[in-house]
Amino acid sequence: MSDKDILLTVKGLRIEGRSDDTWSEIVKGVDLTLHKGEVLGLIGESGAGKSTIGLAAMGFARDGCRISGGEINFDGIDLRAASESERRDLRGKRIAYVAQSAAASFNPAHKLIDQYSEAPIQHGVMGRGEAESDAKDLYARMQLPEPNDIGFRYPHQVSGGQLQRAMTAMAMACRPDLIIFDEPTTALDVTTQIEVLSAIRDIVEQFDTAAIYITHDLAVVAQMADRIKVLLKGEEVEEADTRTMLSNPTEDYTKSLWAVRSYARPEQPPVGDGTPVVSVRNVTAAYGITDVLHDVSFDIHPRRTVAVVGESGSGKSTTARVITGLLPPRRGETLFNGEALPIDYKKRTREQLRQAQMIYQMADTALNPKLKIRELIGRPAQMYLGLNGKALEDRTRDLLSLIELEPDNYIDRLPSELSGGQKQRIGIARALAAEPQFIICDEVTSALDQLVAEGILKLLDKLQSEFSLAYMFITHDLATVKSIADEVVVMKEGVVVEQGTKSEMFQPPHDPYTELLLSSVPEMDPDWLTTLLKERTATAT
Amino acid sequence: MSHIWSMVFQRLALGFLTLFIVSLIIFGATELLPGDFAQEILGQSATPETVAALREKLGLDQPMYIRYFGWLSDILRGDFGESLANGQPVADLIGRRLGNTLSLALYAAAIAVPLSLGLGILAALFRNSFFDRFANASALTSISFPEFFVAYILIFLLAGREGLFPSISSFRTDPSFTEYLHRAFLPALTLTLVVTAHMMRMTRAAIINLLASPYIEMARLKGMKPMRVIVKHALPNALAPIINVVALNLAYLITGVVVVEVVFVYPGLGQLMVDSVAARDMPVVQGVALIFAAAYVLLNLTADVLATLSNPRLVHGR
Amino acid sequence: MGFFTGLFWLAVAIIAAMAAGWVFRQAAIAVSPKGVAKELRTAPLTASFGMLMIILYILAAFFAPVIAPFSETEIVGREYQAWDNVHLLGTDNLGRDMMSRLIYAARNTVGIAFITTALAFLLGSVLGLLAAVVGGWVDQLLSRAVDVLMAIPALIFALLLLTIIGTSVINMILVIALIDSTRVFRLARAVAMNIVVMDYVEAARLRGESLWRLITREILPNAMAPLVAEFGLRFCFVFLTISALSFLGLGIQPPTADWGSMVKDNATLISFGDITPLLPAGAIALLTVSVNFVVDWQLHRASGLKE
Repeated sequence: MSDKDILLTVKGLRIEGRSDDTWSEIVKGVDLTLHKGEVLGLIGESGAGKSTIGLAAMGFARDGCRISGGEINFDGIDLRAASESERRDLRGKRIAYVAQSAAASFNPAHKLIDQYSEAPIQHGVMGRGEAESDAKDLYARMQLPEPNDIGFRYPHQVSGGQLQRAMTAMAMACRPDLIIFDEPTTALDVTTQIEVLSAIRDIVEQFDTAAIYITHDLAVVAQMADRIKVLLKGEEVEEADTRTMLSNPTEDYTKSLWAVRSYARPEQPPVGDGTPVVSVRNVTAAYGITDVLHDVSFDIHPRRTVAVVGESGSGKSTTARVITGLLPPRRGETLFNGEALPIDYKKRTREQLRQAQMIYQMADTALNPKLKIRELIGRPAQMYLGLNGKALEDRTRDLLSLIELEPDNYIDRLPSELSGGQKQRIGIARALAAEPQFIICDEVTSALDQLVAEGILKLLDKLQSEFSLAYMFITHDLATVKSIADEVVVMKEGVVVEQGTKSEMFQPPHDPYTELLLSSVPEMDPDWLTTLLKERTATAT
Repeated sequence: MSHIWSMVFQRLALGFLTLFIVSLIIFGATELLPGDFAQEILGQSATPETVAALREKLGLDQPMYIRYFGWLSDILRGDFGESLANGQPVADLIGRRLGNTLSLALYAAAIAVPLSLGLGILAALFRNSFFDRFANASALTSISFPEFFVAYILIFLLAGREGLFPSISSFRTDPSFTEYLHRAFLPALTLTLVVTAHMMRMTRAAIINLLASPYIEMARLKGMKPMRVIVKHALPNALAPIINVVALNLAYLITGVVVVEVVFVYPGLGQLMVDSVAARDMPVVQGVALIFAAAYVLLNLTADVLATLSNPRLVHGR
Repeated sequence: MGFFTGLFWLAVAIIAAMAAGWVFRQAAIAVSPKGVAKELRTAPLTASFGMLMIILYILAAFFAPVIAPFSETEIVGREYQAWDNVHLLGTDNLGRDMMSRLIYAARNTVGIAFITTALAFLLGSVLGLLAAVVGGWVDQLLSRAVDVLMAIPALIFALLLLTIIGTSVINMILVIALIDSTRVFRLARAVAMNIVVMDYVEAARLRGESLWRLITREILPNAMAPLVAEFGLRFCFVFLTISALSFLGLGIQPPTADWGSMVKDNATLISFGDITPLLPAGAIALLTVSVNFVVDWQLHRASGLKE
């Protein structure tokens, strides 16, 4: 491509963020060039500065951030030198933005079509009537149902995947030259994600719009981008066109990111006399008057990991609440080593409570911020095992060593003095302190970056063989299932759709829903989405 | 749509239930007394005959629930009983004064509500500017002032030797509208100063709370002007908290009115109530308390219903 | 007095107050241990000034007999004497020394307000926390009762109750503590509700922790910051209500010195351009402003830490 085609150049971009009245650099000199009609993928873990860079391409910095150095040149306009009103004229008209959560980014007080028309009318691109008919046309192209009427609904009346498409349509309203996509599918379930990805890709191609596509998901960016730039802590690691980057990364950091997805543990052989540790029997449970679980049954055997998989609303976390006794079921029961547990946790003995522990998704809310690590993990040992004084101190230190945190360094810290991965390790130590037979892991890795998540999975794996633990692993992520599960339970809308060992589950034939779920997980192959869509159209006709 | 109306209806029903319970409390409070209320009023030196006479007059010899429903149905017919202090019908005592108190509260609200909403929006727009900081500090200061302090400062500044406004707003004959505005200016200004700061601060906070929302960022990224972002995108979503703040402060006017009326010798319900409390004139206190409480409950009820109606999620169901 | 002269003196007062705040902050940082000093550094001048004032009020309250030149109740001169060398702020409507009464009132008014607030707090926060943690019918019962009590405006309710049980200091303390405890209940319950839904509380429940430990170890430490701020705000409300009642002649009774009734007793002087009656009112305002400044700083810090 020639230089004439260049739409956006960023040189030596520096951005600072403020915390406690001191400014620190969060983007440290990043360069970026984007040609007309080209899609650039920005990829990195949290703290890489990818969203901040995306917004800076619009000349925008969030409150508490400031652009402190470098050049941003959009189609001959120096965005840093331009006045605020000049930048405002570009935003929404020539550069548009699609946010991560459409549900939060649409104003709840206005109809979709009014929000669509706002930019064209205010920027003087078209009148009200024209904007409305244009909206309907774009809604149709985005494959939204009832394109002529959907715009007259309020955001809360439309589903998440549809909202995300409506937001992409809104970004297209003034036919911008550039769109910033900021993790547009991260909040969606995998089966919905596909629809949104294909709609976004089509429309960007149709209008030949340039785009910056921000995500932490390699497989997603592989489908969307022409080129990929990898970022780490505000700096560029490397950049190459998509196929080269996937097949042949040069930097170690990129290679380690790529390698994460191949971690897998062999299936464990069953142990014991065949009595399951935990057996969920015909559970039907309700919140209020609506049943959310229907006749759910499965077993968890000693020293095995059962992954419970499903999309949001499938009832997987509710099942965990039934097992722990937080939500007494309407029908059915939970057996522990063959004996029925009281359905309400308040009626369970201390011994019964000790045997089943839980690790939470958000380590931030799972650890009392006012207690030191010493008390956080020492308390279960003190309560259940009666340890005190020196014995308790020793046990606490042993537990810290087990989760690979240096005891002297960590025992007197508060949770706020730990990183996300370390907090999750404390959550694990707290569960271990009770010396249970069974641990429920509720989406324990989904709030973590991939490399950190992998460390947690390996640790859980190690502890399982060391203490013969049985795990119930709740997750929506099939990659996680592939790496650690022995058995898989697939749930949908409160019903168990299919269950079996991992090797059975990942071999056809499948239940249709499992098939849909499995095929919807993006793969690193850049042609994956195209091929999949072709296959699906072929089978549909 | 039917969902929202059933919700509004529920609120209304709850409001009237509250009103009923409040009337029960106001009536029943006299029953909490350890001794005999008639004895208590007349003092230890009273003869048994006078005590008995008063008991009969108050109806204390009948069972409580009969007295309650008698009292309630009398009140619903506009009969609040007779004053113990001077034997006048309570309804007569209250009548004129109720109008005076309402017009004073209305006078103050008419200045305070638009003023504080306007200032609140401006403070949100120019947040962290000098104007905002100044507005914030003065708001903190003025909510800390007792009403009578504000009132006397105003008298000192505006009614003293220069005598721009009268420091006593009592009036025997019906004043003309402009004369009323002039005479009642200082009490109205006092009340305005007392509530404006708080309302402004809360309006600002309600808007600023929303400015971190993704949809506000979206509006800015669509290139909308700051004023449009606030008025079109933040304000409609801040309506519920703002309505509640306005209601809270209008309700506060009811309390504030008592002190301010005493300072300015304004012939309203507050004056009457304070005099009657000192004289332990129970029927008058009950009557006035009931009116104040009813106004308060109705105000909160109105705010509640309006706030519900301002929520698009509730108005336009799924 | 011209408008601009007034403005000038106001500006002088503000600058002096901020300077006093600055001096106090530097001094406090110098004498405090390291942890406290670090926090003090974050205090804006308004809050420093507020802390200084609160300390002065406490000193005045404790050492009133030492500082005050005359007795609290003794008649020492003619009525309404002007300011002079003996009676620095003149005498009041009965001929008692104004200055001495102002100082003694710090002890009476502030002391009573503090006791009342503490009572309201004890009652309101204990029940509020309990309602949030136990939930179910306990919560329903307490919350509905509080709803009804809060449906009557506070001052009106206080007046009604005082009519029935009679006006005395003890009665006033009890009545206001009861009424204000409903407000504390609301806040304590709301704060605790936000904490109760946290996973760490669920984890503690599942561990089988007792109610007592749940409240004292898991919930209270996390609810402290808003509760302390609420104590400050509540104190201001109680203090203003007591002053208002005393001003109306229904609160603290003569001859006890109290700022609210002192304003009332000497109010006639204002029409003659004498500012003496404004002094007790100003004393009330200054203390509430000071407390509010400190609370505002603490709330700001708490919300800043959350981000």
